[in-house]
Order: sequence, then C-alpha cells, then structure tokens
Amino acid sequence: MNARWATLLILAAVIAVIPWFFPSGYYFRVAALVWVTALGAVGLQVLMGQAGQVSLGHAGFVGIGAYAMALGPKYLGLPVLACLPLGAVLAGLIAFLVGRPILRLKGHYLAVATLGFGILVALVLVSEIAITGGPDGIRIPRPEIFGWRPRGGEAWYWINGAALLIGVWLALNIQHSPSGRALAALHDSEVAARTIGIDVARHKLRAFVIAAVYGAVAGGLMAMMNGFVTPDAAGFLQSVEYVTMVVIGGLASVPGAVVGAAALVLLPQALTVFHEYEHAVLGLLIMLFMIFLRVGIVPGLATLLRRRPA
Amino acid sequence: MSLGMILRRGVIAAGAFLLAAPALAQRAPEPIRIGAVLSVTGPASFLGDPEDKTLRLYVNRINQAGGVNGRPLQLIIYDDAGDANRARTFATRLVEDDRVVAMVGGTTTGTTLAMRPVFEDARIPFISLAGGIEIIDPVQPFTFKTPHTDRMACEKIFADIRARGLTRVGMISGTDGFGQSMRGQCVRVAGAAGITIVAEESYGPRDSDMTPQLTRLRNAQGIEAVVNPGFGQGPAIVTRGYHQLGIRLPLYQSHGVASREFINLATPAAAEGVRLPAAALLIAEQLPTSDPQHQVVLDYKAAFEREFNQPVSTFGGHAYDGLMILVEAMRRANSTDGTRLRDAIRATRGFVGTGGIVNMSATDHMGLDLSAFRMVEIRNGDWALLGN
Repeated sequence: MNARWATLLILAAVIAVIPWFFPSGYYFRVAALVWVTALGAVGLQVLMGQAGQVSLGHAGFVGIGAYAMALGPKYLGLPVLACLPLGAVLAGLIAFLVGRPILRLKGHYLAVATLGFGILVALVLVSEIAITGGPDGIRIPRPEIFGWRPRGGEAWYWINGAALLIGVWLALNIQHSPSGRALAALHDSEVAARTIGIDVARHKLRAFVIAAVYGAVAGGLMAMMNGFVTPDAAGFLQSVEYVTMVVIGGLASVPGAVVGAAALVLLPQALTVFHEYEHAVLGLLIMLFMIFLRVGIVPGLATLLRRRPA
Repeated sequence: MSLGMILRRGVIAAGAFLLAAPALAQRAPEPIRIGAVLSVTGPASFLGDPEDKTLRLYVNRINQAGGVNGRPLQLIIYDDAGDANRARTFATRLVEDDRVVAMVGGTTTGTTLAMRPVFEDARIPFISLAGGIEIIDPVQPFTFKTPHTDRMACEKIFADIRARGLTRVGMISGTDGFGQSMRGQCVRVAGAAGITIVAEESYGPRDSDMTPQLTRLRNAQGIEAVVNPGFGQGPAIVTRGYHQLGIRLPLYQSHGVASREFINLATPAAAEGVRLPAAALLIAEQLPTSDPQHQVVLDYKAAFEREFNQPVSTFGGHAYDGLMILVEAMRRANSTDGTRLRDAIRATRGFVGTGGIVNMSATDHMGLDLSAFRMVEIRNGDWALLGN
C-alpha cells in the first residue's frame, strides 16, 4: 500500500513540478511525448514484467489505437474523442482473438508469433492505401473536449500526464491484486502456478488484452497530439523500442517502464549534438545500462541505494 | 610550479588577450538560423543523405561569400530517420527552442505532412523537399516545395505518348508508396490527357519476376504503350522482362528511376529505347549551352561531386533549390520576419534551379511547369535528350 502510493505521489509531483523548469514550448512537447510513450510501455510491463510473456508486436496495438482516431471520424463520422475508447476496445478484442492461439506458445516461439502480428498490422496500414492513406500517413481531426481544443505541447502535457498517472495507478493495482500475484506465480513457473490451481491460459490472455488496451490508448493520444499518423507508429522498430524501454527501466517495476520510456525518448533529443554518431552513442548507452544496472534502472538504483544508505 | 613558468604563462595569456581584444570589441553579426529535419538515416536515407550534404555544403559556401544581408547563416539539421512522430518533435524543437526563421527540409511526404501544422501555427516558411502533391494542394499559407510532383511526371509521359499518335496505355505499378501514389495521379490525369488506360497490373517491391503480369499486358486488347510507375529495383526487373518477352510496344519509366544504376540493373540492351521524364540534372552535360539551366546544373554537379566524391542525385538538387529560393527571398525581403519572408518566397519569379525554372504565386507554392521535366530516351546505355 505505502510503496504504491509513494510511487504515484512521486510521479504526480514530477508531472506537476517540472514544467516550472521548461524554458520553451518544445520541452512541453518532449515531456508530453515521454508521458504518452510511458503509458504504452507500462502496458507492456504488465505483460512482460508481471506475466513474463514477451511481445515483439506491441506497436501493432499502438498503431490500431492511433489509426482508430483517423478512421473513426473519416468513415463512421464519430467525434475523435469517442474513437479513443473505441480503439481501445477494438485493440482489446483483437488481442483477445489473437492471444488465444498465440499465448499457447512459449519463449522464442511466442516472440516470433507476436512479431508476426505486429508486422502484419504495419503491413495492412501500409498497403491498404485506399483506407489508411498508405505510407504517407493520414490526418487526424483536432479533438474538442467540452468546447476546449487542446493545442500545442502544453495542453497535451497535462492530458498525457493525467493519462499516465491513471495508467500507472491501474498497473500498480493489478500488480498487487490476486490477479497480479497469479501473474507473478506463472511468471516464475507455469507448472507450479497450474498445480496451485491458477488458470494459466486465462491469466496470460488477460495480461495480453490489458497490454493491448494500454498500447491503443497511448497510440490514440499520440495520434491526437500529432494530428497525423503514419504506419511507422506500428512498425517493428517501435515494438523493439517498447521492449527496450521496459527492459532497461526494469522488467519487474511499473515506474521502471516510465523511466525506460523517458530514457528512450529523451536520449535521441539529447544526443543530436553527436550528429552521425547519434545512433552509435545511443546503442553504447543502452549497453552500459544493461551491463551496470542488470536488473534495470529503477530496481538497480534501488538496490544500490539500499546497499549504501545515505 | 616555478616562478619563471608562472611569469611565462602570464605573458602568454596577456598576449592572447591582446590579440583577441579587437575581435571581441567588434561584435560579430548574429547568425540567421535555418532549420532542416531530414531522413538522413532509415529507409529514406537515399533521399535524405544527399539533401543533408547539399545543405551543409552550400551554407558553408554562402557563409564564405559573406553570408546573407551581412549575417552568416547557421544551419540546424535533425535526423528523423523517416519517422513522422520524431519529425514533428524536431520541428517543434526548431520552432520553439532553436527559433529558426525558416525551414528547408522534410524528406518524405509523410514527415512533411506531420510537420506542416507546426510551421503553419508558428507562421514560419517551410520549404519541403518531398514529392507528394498534397503538400501544396490545397495551398497552405507558409508551406512550399521544390520537387516535381508525380502528377507532372504522368502528364509529361502522356504528352509524349500522344505526340507519338498513341492513346491506349497499359500500366504496371509497384505497390510501394511511390508507385501507388504515382499510379493514382496517372489514373486521375489520363482522361484530361486524352489517354485511355486499357489494362493494369501491379507487383510487390520485392518481386523478382514480372513476366506473368507483362504477358497479360501484352495480350491486352488494343494496348499501344506501357507505363511503369515504380521505384528501386522493380522497374529494372520490369524492363528486363519486357525485353526477354520481346514486347515491341514503347515502354515508359518514371522519374523515380532516373539514375545510372537503373541502366546497369536493367542491362543496357533491355533498357534501349525506354523513355522517361527526368530533371535537367540527370543530363547536365547534354544540355545545350543556350539552355537556361545549363550553368546551374553543371555548377551544382561539379561542386557536389568534387566535395563528396559521389555521383550527384536529383534529391540533393531539390535541397539546393530550396535553400537558394530561401536565400534569394531573404535578400529581397531584407528581413527574417516570417510573413515578409513568406511573401518574398511567394514572389519568386524566374528562379533557375536544378529542378527547373520556378515561378511561385499565391496559388502555386511549387512554381514548376511541365518544361521542368526533360523527356529522355536510353540509347546505347546512356541518356539521350529528346528534342522537346
């Protein structure tokens, strides 16, 4: 209980305080991007960190959420905001249908199956040009919340920050619920979990659907913030980035996913000074993180602090 | 540290200060900041890389020649790796943090469309280097572009087909972004150009054999010519298959294959007689000296190839055109104010670039007409300029 509220409180404090230090609107944009990416990463943390199931197709769900924001208003005439829950439900439904057969697989096989799913989504978005606009992307109408039109980085900073807080709160609750403990049990040993009466298949599927819904909501928010989406949002590289975020942040830790997302969004912005060596430096930093903080940034630093009390 | 050493250092420091003092007293004029977000890495790097090199090369040259309006240019380039989301973040950074006065960049249509609202909201001129016609149609107040559009390529090809007295055309298109976009434009303008599309085939970007599709085209009723909107290796494979099947109908490729590599890949024998619309840069040496673009394309080609030791590409040429249009507009406006700069860019008349002669207006933010494309035919493994 305490640790949970402490995490939430720290996150809320960070979101509330750091705008005081922003010299320009660009920082709001980057921070808003961190919050919304973190939301997607937190979803993947539930699946990977808590249930121990790998997914290399997370961006596929992000893409479904993002394109729902464009296609809903265009073809169904719905207001943009209504498409956010719609995209989430759609992604959840697809995850439910796809997850049933896929989650029977384990380890590398599961990785390849989810990878295939992600690539399939990206492929459909790229090639169904008549519907999705193809590789050049598609526009998303600006949303209206009770007559207020969020515009610019600052508005989206607060919207995404609030969404992330809710997302983290839910993920922490899942982790500390009976369901979360069941996930932790099947993470450690599926056989042991089954022998103590946990419905392994159902819990895995639930985690998969939860991750998909998080991804879709994050994708939807990001699409609304940008007012534009291209199939890159669902691309394989994005999926890999999400996995990297969860891993370097700390697989077992919900705030770890937030820290990992922050690292992967902020580092490319900070590393532009290296010009063509940008990617090499980014790769080097990720390697160093993995070598020196093997369990991830958040749990790794926590252990270091505990070992050497201030 | 000995006393002597301290003294010696003191003397050196004092000397250095005396030397530097005049430079400090005479304040350097503040640089004009120009932004660029390019896809230098990633799948579109073959476009973004020459653009990046061209911008750096010419900003250096302009600065060596004294800058613009007495101020040096400062170029800020970010690499979006082809990702629209990243491009938008960098665009925000250019506007809000780096406070650029104008932007020359946006390698792909996707990244350009993602960035456009940022510059439109900030009222800062944005000269895109991407092909898609939707960038400037409908016209946005602050957005311009330098490359030709797919639609112009289609019109140029159709005009040439009509000039040969033919009207019934078959199309075989790549399913990649370029091929599909151009196919759509060709279908749209065919009617107005007096062309009937009698058969259509397509191929995937990684297909290695197109003979079934080509056979179907050959057998299509009344077909008189074949157009291949495509990019990369696909058109080369189409050309080879076309030759192997012994199809005698005229074959048209797009401006997307306008590189020496295409001829090599398709083999000179198969490519013989293939026609395509291309920018003047491709046939720089063949342009008659009377051609208005003659000097510009030769100069750019020489400068680029001397500096980077690699063949020049039309994509780098688009970046050259964008930068020069901007610089000329800054000189004319004698200002870096967004709206004044925009008005000056819009007033560009008779600018001779590598892509053609640019005449902008309030309703045309590209300013190129069909004369910007040259119809070339491949003869003996080389480009031959057709009299047009």
